[in-house]
Amino acid sequence: MSAAPMIEVENLTKRYAGRAAVRDLTFTVKRGEIVGFLGQNGAGKTTTMRMLSCFMPATSGSARIAGYDVFTQADEVRRRIGYMPEGNPLHIDMRVREYLKFRARLKGLSNTRSRERVDIVTEQCGLGEVAGKVIGTLSGGYRQRVGLADALVHEPELIILDEPTKNLDAHLTRTVRQLIKDVSKDRTVFISSHLLPEVELTCTRVIIIHEGSIRESGTLDELQRKMSSGQQVIAELSASVPDLREAWEHMAEVEHFDISAAEGNFHRCALTPRTGVDLRPQVFELAKQRGWQLRELTRTRHSLEDIFVHVTKKEQEEI
Amino acid sequence: MQPFLTLVRRELGSCYFSLIGYVIVAAVQFLMGLGFMVVLQALNGKPFDKPVTEEFFNNGLFWLVMLLAPPIITMRTYALEKFSGTYETLMTAPVSDLQVVLAKFTGALLFFMSAWLPLLAYPFLLKRFSVDLMPVDTSAVGGTFLGIFLFGAFYIALGCFASALTRSQIIAAMNAFVLGLGLFLLSYLTYVIPPKSGWQSAALQHVSMIEHMKDFTRGVVDTRQVVFYLSLTALFLFLTLRVVESRRWK
Repeated sequence: MSAAPMIEVENLTKRYAGRAAVRDLTFTVKRGEIVGFLGQNGAGKTTTMRMLSCFMPATSGSARIAGYDVFTQADEVRRRIGYMPEGNPLHIDMRVREYLKFRARLKGLSNTRSRERVDIVTEQCGLGEVAGKVIGTLSGGYRQRVGLADALVHEPELIILDEPTKNLDAHLTRTVRQLIKDVSKDRTVFISSHLLPEVELTCTRVIIIHEGSIRESGTLDELQRKMSSGQQVIAELSASVPDLREAWEHMAEVEHFDISAAEGNFHRCALTPRTGVDLRPQVFELAKQRGWQLRELTRTRHSLEDIFVHVTKKEQEEI
Repeated sequence: MQPFLTLVRRELGSCYFSLIGYVIVAAVQFLMGLGFMVVLQALNGKPFDKPVTEEFFNNGLFWLVMLLAPPIITMRTYALEKFSGTYETLMTAPVSDLQVVLAKFTGALLFFMSAWLPLLAYPFLLKRFSVDLMPVDTSAVGGTFLGIFLFGAFYIALGCFASALTRSQIIAAMNAFVLGLGLFLLSYLTYVIPPKSGWQSAALQHVSMIEHMKDFTRGVVDTRQVVFYLSLTALFLFLTLRVVESRRWK
């Protein structure tokens, strides 16, 4: 296996009739990563994925998969990727096994090899029971598995999944998600979604795209740390408002605080630290010194959702 | 080569798995059966002064099949794939655009030709049950089938082109039918324009499908006509290829 990163995208731009659907994208995906490509509807996810899968070329910029250019070496790239487009289109008149066999042969596998691989992916994706059924009669969950099996059948180094759990109920989403996790052990996965929990649960790294350009990228921890300057500490203490006010005003690390009444003689304080420091030990020490009762002490961790909303809101405000 | 054969098999399979494939085969059999009865009745009346194949194939029923079947066979080739989205999975598989275009054309043409195959039984039926010693000329039958193949190839290529242009199967079929009918009706212009010698009537004579079919059914294979249909087929296949490639231009 060569040392080239799995996906290398540089200044990728796609314009439709003058309007830029994707603008100046630059990112890299290393081998073995599971990367989530997150954005609202219409942010440019599908366009990017179509360019990476050689379905259509970019207006400008370059993209390489495993070191091969997607525009000039499309055949090499196509052999190395398994792509499942949005909505998971399938030939609904074919039977599951027949379809997978057809796809395997189309992707250049020999007759014997394709039979072996079809057996393997049928097993892997839990399609054994329905292998002889017509795809059109299958439920959404099974169809999704057929799509995934198709993406895997030729043992690609990279699988690109565009909205793999769209329109699935919670239970099926979980099944498909587990399946993605299972198959990602020995290959790179690039997954797009407009659903945050999706990405949060499956991916090791996230790229957030908004209106055609990248807003944030990094591992979940990195993104959360990036946001930690705005992290608040919530403390519920049995003290009077003036006492609390005085205490916070004297604590140098507290930039801003809010005090609200809580049940009993407690008050709920929301403290915003000046830098990324964790205020919790100090608050605990203070309560101990003053003899206040401490009922709750938590730090709000930003979920990906907060980051996402924050990132996309920033942009909207700028406009 | 392997992707090409895989795709041809798939195209052919999709015709035979769908109801519409059998409807086409049945319709061809029915219409040609009607034509056969007409020929039989005519044979009962008086002996023919021209080959049976000409009487049989160069009539309204034959042209009805020729004009209607290809649009219906080809309407799904690209339009259905575009509509259902499988076009994207197809075009991101390691196959070239040319392979896709040729495979879809070949699959549709093979199916079209297979619908005519039962007709090969008719000459034997005639031979078996007629007192006439030699009512059917083998070379005329051969010429007729070559003619059907050439017309078929042209109309199938035209149909593929129409299908590649749209996502709707109905629009694809209508476009193919209207284009095909328009080209066919050129044949009638020779009757409308008074037969005076001049380049107009000469030119019309050369593009008249009815005239061409007359030759084929008599067992006359004129290379000019062979080249005419092969080049028209190639032209429409080329145009289809350009349409398929056009997603890269946008």
